[in-house]
Amino acid sequence: MTHSKTIFTALVFAALALYPVFTGSYGVDLVTKIMIYAIFALSLELLVGATGLICFGQAAFFGIGAYAAVLLSPEGSAPSLLWLLPACVLASAAYALAVGALSLRTKGAYFIMVTLAFAQMAYYMVHDTPLGGGTDGIYLTMKPVLGSLLDLDKSTTLYGFTLLMLAGVFGFLALLGRSTFGRALAGIRVNEQRMRATGFSTYPYKLAAFTISGGIAGLAGFLFAVKDGFVNPEMMSWHLSGAVLIMIILGGLGHLRGALLGAFAFALLQEFFKSEAVFGDFAKHWHLGLGLSIIASVVFLPRGLVGLPGQLKVRLMGRNSLPEVRREAV
Amino acid sequence: MKPSDISLGVLPATSPALSAVPATPAVPSASAIPAASALPAAPDILLRGHDITRRWGGLVALDGVSLALERGTVHAVIGTNGAGKSTLINILSGEIPPSSGRVELLGQDVTGCTQPKRARLGLGRSYQRNTIYPTFTVFENCRLAAQAATQQPWQWWRSAQHCEASMSAARQAASRAGLNELLDRPAGLLSHGQKRQLEIAMCLATAPQVLLLDEPLAGMGAEETERMLALLAELKTGHAILLVEHDMDAVFRIAECITVMVNGTVIASDTPDGIRNSPQVRAAYLGDH
Repeated sequence: MTHSKTIFTALVFAALALYPVFTGSYGVDLVTKIMIYAIFALSLELLVGATGLICFGQAAFFGIGAYAAVLLSPEGSAPSLLWLLPACVLASAAYALAVGALSLRTKGAYFIMVTLAFAQMAYYMVHDTPLGGGTDGIYLTMKPVLGSLLDLDKSTTLYGFTLLMLAGVFGFLALLGRSTFGRALAGIRVNEQRMRATGFSTYPYKLAAFTISGGIAGLAGFLFAVKDGFVNPEMMSWHLSGAVLIMIILGGLGHLRGALLGAFAFALLQEFFKSEAVFGDFAKHWHLGLGLSIIASVVFLPRGLVGLPGQLKVRLMGRNSLPEVRREAV
Repeated sequence: MKPSDISLGVLPATSPALSAVPATPAVPSASAIPAASALPAAPDILLRGHDITRRWGGLVALDGVSLALERGTVHAVIGTNGAGKSTLINILSGEIPPSSGRVELLGQDVTGCTQPKRARLGLGRSYQRNTIYPTFTVFENCRLAAQAATQQPWQWWRSAQHCEASMSAARQAASRAGLNELLDRPAGLLSHGQKRQLEIAMCLATAPQVLLLDEPLAGMGAEETERMLALLAELKTGHAILLVEHDMDAVFRIAECITVMVNGTVIASDTPDGIRNSPQVRAAYLGDH
């Protein structure tokens, strides 16, 4: 990362850390939700942006993390974060490992469809069986705690914890991206055939990325279940898989900042178009406004929000700036 | 037994008439072999294709082709379009499996090995069409190739820039291929000839013993061709090179051995002089050249 990008990211995290001081419970709750989406978006960015694998079933891993949080919690006592969190991440990662092992044998559009199919299987697993309470979902009665240190029932505590997790995931993926593993993933994205000819067995690399991604999505699902105290099958629906895909496209593929920005942009647009104060009765048709604005952003921001400064630069300083390919070079 | 075997016969690798094993190879004295790869029987043969056949449905793309690549030599494969040259390279490198036949790399049967495995054992290849990583810099193209030898994917916290082995291998390969001035240039912005050089550099970065080069001179200008030929001549020492090429002048200048293919079969395999004077080859391929 260059200087300006590091500074930008640091500023975003600083602003997030200070935010609860200036806002009420509604704001804290909203931004907690957005940060959870950001973790979720980061998980998909590892697949789509970094490795070039377009997964259309990411919600399954999110949902499994969430359901695991509820199903594994003992009745009547608050579970410890120490084991519940890793258990939820592992549950999602395990499903991702199984799904990845099979779906990574396909490519392109087939991969998209196979990941969708596996996500739908998970969806109907909780939708149509008593295991997950069917369509009604189930409640998480006691929020997890860490001894007497942390009680995630408190919204500011949960906010802080989510921010910490977001920073951790961001940092982890940033390190991963510049490591030899990350460089190999980038090579697979750009030219997998060449990677194989050079001596990389690409399948284990892709499977590892898929599993890690599933685990991170599970972390996001866990946090979501804790925040809402409730899970239902909609958390595994393909709508959510699509929404998180839109988030990273909106933010700008291939950049961790993109996933972060995309999650915020998507959620804030949604809030905006849902707002009756702005749109009055029309607010119930918020899907229309959201959809149109996403189409507009894809047309006018082909490189996502991350590409906006570059686009402005070209607009202001003319096309003398570097060719497309140069800016992406690493 | 396959019908194809009747026409060519199942040849022992040493059969003088049709096998592609050069009769009198001009091996430079510099081709000392590291002990690790020394073979008891035929120490200089690094890659051997044995009776390779490949069918696509009813079409026989390769029909009982045998050839051997020797350290310190350039072995050219020529033939018209559709003669099976690229299929041969793809089978030798492990990109596609043969229908029958055997591939031996450094004396080891690798017919069942995947392409990445063969690459790690020391088989490098370049492609007919440029298959570089266009958005990466020239240096990163080479470094990533070199990383194949020291992958260590579990060291996720360590920056690839600190992977000394791949960094130095990349620097060496780039400098050998004459790309020193261009290390920070995104590969997509190189000229066509420079991209071909980069293909070779990426090949070299993996420290291969055998190089399979698919038309490295394609689309090159005269000057670029000369530079590439000089590079190939230099690489000959210590490597076994398979060269598929359409530029006949270049082939006859640089190759120690030439195999001529027509319709998936080998019709002749000899020294350049032998090929030039072969009536079969004249009839089938060279015309009245």
